Amino acid sequence: MSDIITQIEKIELPNKSLKNVEDDLLRHIPIQGQKFRWWMIFLFIILLIGIYAYYRQLRYGLIVTAMRDYTSWGIYISNFVFYVALSLVGSLVSSILRLSKAKWATPLNRISEIVAVAAIICASIIIIVDMGRPDRFMYLFLYARIQSPIVWDVIIIATYLVISFLLLYIPLLPDIALCRDRLKNIPRWQQKFYKIISLNWQHKPEQFKSIKKLSGILMIMVIPVAFAIHTITSWLFATTWRPGWDSTNLGPYFVSGAFMLGCAGIIVAMYFIQKYLQLEEYITDKHFDNMGKLLVLLSLVYLYFNINEYLGPSFKMVGVEGEHITELFTGSYAPMYWFVQIIGLILPIVILIFRPMRTPFPMLIISLLVIIGAWLKRFLIVIPSLQHPYLPIQDVDESYMHYIPTWEEWAINSANVAGVLLIITILIKLFPVIPVWEIADEKGLKKI
Amino acid sequence: MNQKKKKNSRRKFFRYFVTGGLGALTGKGFSEVLNQTENTDEKKIAALLPDGKLVKISQSEADHAHHQPVSKKESRKGIPGKRFVLIVDLARCRNARKCIEGCEKHHHLTPDRPFIKVLKMQDNPRSSPYWMPKKCFQCDNPPCVKVCPVGATYKRTDNIVLIDNERCIGCRFCMAACPYSARVFNWGEPRDPENYDQPYSPETSVPSRIGTVEKCDFCPDLLREKKLPPCITDCPNGVLYFGDANDDTVTNGTETVRLSNLLREKAAYRYMEELGTEPNVYYLPPVDRLFPFKDENEESDT
Repeated sequence: MSDIITQIEKIELPNKSLKNVEDDLLRHIPIQGQKFRWWMIFLFIILLIGIYAYYRQLRYGLIVTAMRDYTSWGIYISNFVFYVALSLVGSLVSSILRLSKAKWATPLNRISEIVAVAAIICASIIIIVDMGRPDRFMYLFLYARIQSPIVWDVIIIATYLVISFLLLYIPLLPDIALCRDRLKNIPRWQQKFYKIISLNWQHKPEQFKSIKKLSGILMIMVIPVAFAIHTITSWLFATTWRPGWDSTNLGPYFVSGAFMLGCAGIIVAMYFIQKYLQLEEYITDKHFDNMGKLLVLLSLVYLYFNINEYLGPSFKMVGVEGEHITELFTGSYAPMYWFVQIIGLILPIVILIFRPMRTPFPMLIISLLVIIGAWLKRFLIVIPSLQHPYLPIQDVDESYMHYIPTWEEWAINSANVAGVLLIITILIKLFPVIPVWEIADEKGLKKI
Repeated sequence: MNQKKKKNSRRKFFRYFVTGGLGALTGKGFSEVLNQTENTDEKKIAALLPDGKLVKISQSEADHAHHQPVSKKESRKGIPGKRFVLIVDLARCRNARKCIEGCEKHHHLTPDRPFIKVLKMQDNPRSSPYWMPKKCFQCDNPPCVKVCPVGATYKRTDNIVLIDNERCIGCRFCMAACPYSARVFNWGEPRDPENYDQPYSPETSVPSRIGTVEKCDFCPDLLREKKLPPCITDCPNGVLYFGDANDDTVTNGTETVRLSNLLREKAAYRYMEELGTEPNVYYLPPVDRLFPFKDENEESDT
């Protein structure tokens, strides 16, 4: 990371007064745009279809999915792993980059925390959707057995959710107070809402001192927790004997993949924020350039762990492990596998090396490909392994041999994606997406 | 329907009643805590509840209690002094599938989620294929028990690994963890679950519940009555031997042999010993076979 992180250079802000900055960053909040309304309606429709599909699942059982006795985990689990991975972005940007004094990343702090919180909430939801008996959810606490990796995951997800939420909320306090004080042409409920959640913030120096201290502690705390959350998620697989899962490489492989995905996620978010909130002066081409370099670096790290993950087994080709590898490399999963590895991993490295490609639009396309690749990668991690047990699959219905998700599964998963986008959209709509006081502080516009 | 509900609630009461640390009830044990008192239209007797209270119940209800399965708490302990094992003589199996049928009947299973599978195996291209009956291996180091987040599946002192389907949350981690694919899941509503004339016990595995995991349980309810599981007795070729390692005897229903002799002399092995799961199911190699290998399916295909 050396190149990017040591690049302490500040991104020059336009020559503006404090009031100008505040105006710019609060501008989008009172506006009732047509586009915003249609976007929300669109998300709600997807959400409703998903809720109907889940109602069917609750009524008839998991039989409405394509999962069966061999492929006993499906795209719910893929989505879960995907979201846990995405949530790591919060620690990457708002903690690792900030602690490395990469000041250029300050405008990205809040959006990365928003994405992290949204992703971790929806990861928790999809894992409950996957349960055969969601009515017994509380048993996880009543009868928890600490040696089960699922219980570790429950503990660490809860911890990460709390820390991520605080890391979003605490630095947000001065900006909520700003909304409370400055925004007058908004509905009354919204004024009241700001008043309540601003916790009587008065912009006092000692208040700033304490939130700086608090977020400093949280920033350090979140790093081990972020590594743990995805490592433990990898242990859900690595603690079994399944081919493709039975690997000591799985922890760092998952974590590095998560950072790469998170980076791509932020680039997509940056693109839309810059475009729709007219914040080109705050999220500049320089940001895209830096994030592009970061994506190349993180992709290279992930590439290394990919080679490490597949070379050994494909060299030895032992038993079911070999069959699993053959299925991925040349079998029915080959098109997906090579799409993921070439389009979703190698191509971004090759393309983003060139500076003209590190501009908003090409980076949006590349990042979307990385995200699609990352989702498919989670599919490839979860499903083919289950289809290669030690004992042959015989004596079962033809449907047990394959896994093609049903409409209910797609609908629920789409609703889950819509849920993440909805949380992100609402939070962006309610609060300044770029931390006002941190920008003001950095620019020296305001003495804190 | 209403009546049935009433009956069920009475049964529930009885389950509670029998749970009172009485363990496996014998007629004798039961009579010790019952005192006959009065005669009304139906004979009433007094019963001692676990908390020390005396209540009056009818004789017919008390009789019914004899056949109640053991309590949840008791079902976690195992039958004292026993260590059950199963031996599969691969030389005798000709895929008659009677074990599967017997198991299906006993556990009210549908054919899509059998506890037993008979797999066509071939160790290498030049050796002859053979049939391998496979059920839960009741491991001493069970991967499924290790990963269960709520203790719905557990290991007992008598070697049996059981599932409590009223505890299971349906996460299916045990299915991912089991290297032998021994577990099945109730993806939909099981076949008329209300029709079984007995309350649920982990020892009987019936009635099945939607959204929970199931597997072969060595039929501990029958073992308590000193009966063999149906897969053993229904096998026409004496493939499966069942017994107690503490007694060092196993039987296939017709002959009873020394476990240690059988394992030693027939070069018994456990499937995938290298995984370290310590199964309690042993296989005798398919040598000197009783039947030539014949795959009915393949024959009908050609």
